[in-house]
Amino acid sequence: MSDHAITKTHGGRTVETKLFGFWIYVMSDCILFAVLFATYAVLSHSYAGGPTSKEIVDLPGVLVETLALLVSSFTYGLAVLSLHAQRKFRVLLWLGITFVLGALFVGLEASEFSSLIQNGNGLTRSAFLSAFFALVGTHGLHVTTGLLWMLVLAAKVAKDGLTKNNGTRIMLLSLFWHFLDIVWVGVFTIVYLLGSIS
Amino acid sequence: MSIETENGVPRGTLRSYTVGLILAVALTVVPFILVMSHALSATALIILAAAFAAVQIVVHLVYFLHLNTSSAQHWNMLAAVYTLIVLIIVVGATIWIMYHLNYNMSISLAGG
Repeated sequence: MSDHAITKTHGGRTVETKLFGFWIYVMSDCILFAVLFATYAVLSHSYAGGPTSKEIVDLPGVLVETLALLVSSFTYGLAVLSLHAQRKFRVLLWLGITFVLGALFVGLEASEFSSLIQNGNGLTRSAFLSAFFALVGTHGLHVTTGLLWMLVLAAKVAKDGLTKNNGTRIMLLSLFWHFLDIVWVGVFTIVYLLGSIS
Repeated sequence: MSIETENGVPRGTLRSYTVGLILAVALTVVPFILVMSHALSATALIILAAAFAAVQIVVHLVYFLHLNTSSAQHWNMLAAVYTLIVLIIVVGATIWIMYHLNYNMSISLAGG
């Protein structure tokens, strides 16, 4: 897939069309998360004698996770700015830093999940925990997918440089990455903050 | 805040990303501190946490995703507004229906 035309990418679609198409996907993903949030809201007090949300929430840990994801959104923005400045090394550097922060987020979440499961509070313990794992886990899976995408993208940029197509891919992942941070604002507020109040 | 555009695709600037980061960190750290210190009543904390989240989502949309009301962004905005309406119907109606179902069905199964 070489870049013949300047204004068109492969498949004959313009960059704006691709970004809009991906935006529609992101919006449909938003509805997927809305359904999971609604399920969580309905089941969030169905403890079935198991632990309450207050008992399993570790707020300082969640704050570190949240800040890691938030700063990674900023560093991804710097990668996009480096793309516009056509600085290949800087793009790779910021993608690398974003990857490390994203991996830190996923790692902290995985350790939270494994300690819950080891204490017998897995997703089959209560309806609350099923909804908790479904919502937080789906978000974590999205971030993990974003990390894999970032790895492949960085390899392509390292190999082919900042071509038109690679530039488009960086913009698409930018939408996805910032969107996941927005979903996380909902998750940490509803699941963790509100969960540790009531 | 100035947003550059190219081919109708909005571009952020170092300034817009930095302002976004500072606002988002503040809007994250403040509700965490409030909740962890139990400084206020439960009702006040719930309202404040929800308000901080709503403002932070707008900050992300404006400073990181560069969503605005310009004509170039018309269709993105339209899709976002449509999604918001579906979201409100799905979440609001689910909670409304399930609350009343729970209320009418419960005999002594409190919280069941």
